[in-house]
Amino acid sequence: MTKLRLATTWLDGCSGCHMSFLDMDELLVDLAGQIEVVYGPLVDRKDVPEEIDIALVEGAVSSEHDLELVRKLRANSRILVSLGDCAVTSNVPAMRNHFPVKQVLECGYQQNADRNQSIPSDVIPALLPQTRPIHEYIPVDVFIPGCPPCAKAIHFALAALLKGETPDVHELTRFGA
Amino acid sequence: MTPSSRVKTLTIDGRPVSARSGETILKVARENNIFIPTLCHMDGLSPVGACRLCLVEIKGSSKLVPACITSIFEGMEVSTKSEQLDKYRKMILALLFSERNHVCSVCVSNGHCELQTLAQTLGLEHVHVPYLYPVMDVDASHERFVSDHSRCVLCTRCVRVCEEIEGAHTWDIMGRGAEAKIISDLNQPWGFSESCTSCGKCVHVCPTGALFEAGKSTAEMTKRQFLPYLSLMRGEKND
Repeated sequence: MTKLRLATTWLDGCSGCHMSFLDMDELLVDLAGQIEVVYGPLVDRKDVPEEIDIALVEGAVSSEHDLELVRKLRANSRILVSLGDCAVTSNVPAMRNHFPVKQVLECGYQQNADRNQSIPSDVIPALLPQTRPIHEYIPVDVFIPGCPPCAKAIHFALAALLKGETPDVHELTRFGA
Repeated sequence: MTPSSRVKTLTIDGRPVSARSGETILKVARENNIFIPTLCHMDGLSPVGACRLCLVEIKGSSKLVPACITSIFEGMEVSTKSEQLDKYRKMILALLFSERNHVCSVCVSNGHCELQTLAQTLGLEHVHVPYLYPVMDVDASHERFVSDHSRCVLCTRCVRVCEEIEGAHTWDIMGRGAEAKIISDLNQPWGFSESCTSCGKCVHVCPTGALFEAGKSTAEMTKRQFLPYLSLMRGEKND
């Protein structure tokens, strides 16, 4: 049996959903026989590969880089999953939306910095005017809310997707869970 | 049973039920353990039919009616579930979530919130309308309580409990539509309200984390259920 190609990524999030993914513990051993992780923070690969079967996207779209990455993942993936409240609702990262980007950067890099009080102009991708959920930019196939979604919900969803079914996770997780 | 009370028979989701004349669809449904989602409704307070989550279908009518303020009639055939109702209820929830800043993960009422629970119960796993991210005030001027307008769904339970049960009428609504806002007295900080008795009833009827006890942190705000007892007492007295 050929393994399904899984990609994961985190955009503007805290990595908590990836921690929850790892919380599947021994269930990961079963999954390992069925999937190959081809891209993401858990493997060493710089570019988004082609022909991804399932992409798990944690985090909201906050910067130009987030947007580019999520668009590329969408283009290369058969099924794209919005994983966790930041991806689904934009959650805590969107709390900066009440302030202009300039003010956000000044607050982070100048007012609250002890040294090197300067706003980076290169290397770090530019922030978009607002942080927004990923489905406002690209079509999403499956939504798994939760902050973070519990390992059980992630496993349930992946198991259903592996069987070619569309998971309904609403009994296992919720906004803010 | 008093001579004036008349029994009506009707069906809800195909189930034959009977109830007293004048009772609402919601009351009869609940008596028969039939679930109809509600948000602005609270037993013991006057109904307002504001949130529209309890909309139901009645055979022979193309109009959807709110179950909380619609009286039953003989031979009525009520449907509480349909694809259309499901779609509209989810739409209402989506609009509520997008209209303010409901950041469940860091909310004082996380895990004890009626809006959050409804989203889960009705299967709303994402909001398909664009979020507005409005800038909303937090009023922490009161000694014991805090109001966070980001979490308010304008159900007016606080307004009604303050007027009808406590008799203070500290709360009211200012503005219209999405601009509407709960205000204390003449839109002055809560802590400076002369009419507020600090009874806390508004805090405990609030379905979300919009009104909470000062000092509560994420997920720490639980609500006391005291109005059902009050209405029970009143009901017994009236009989």
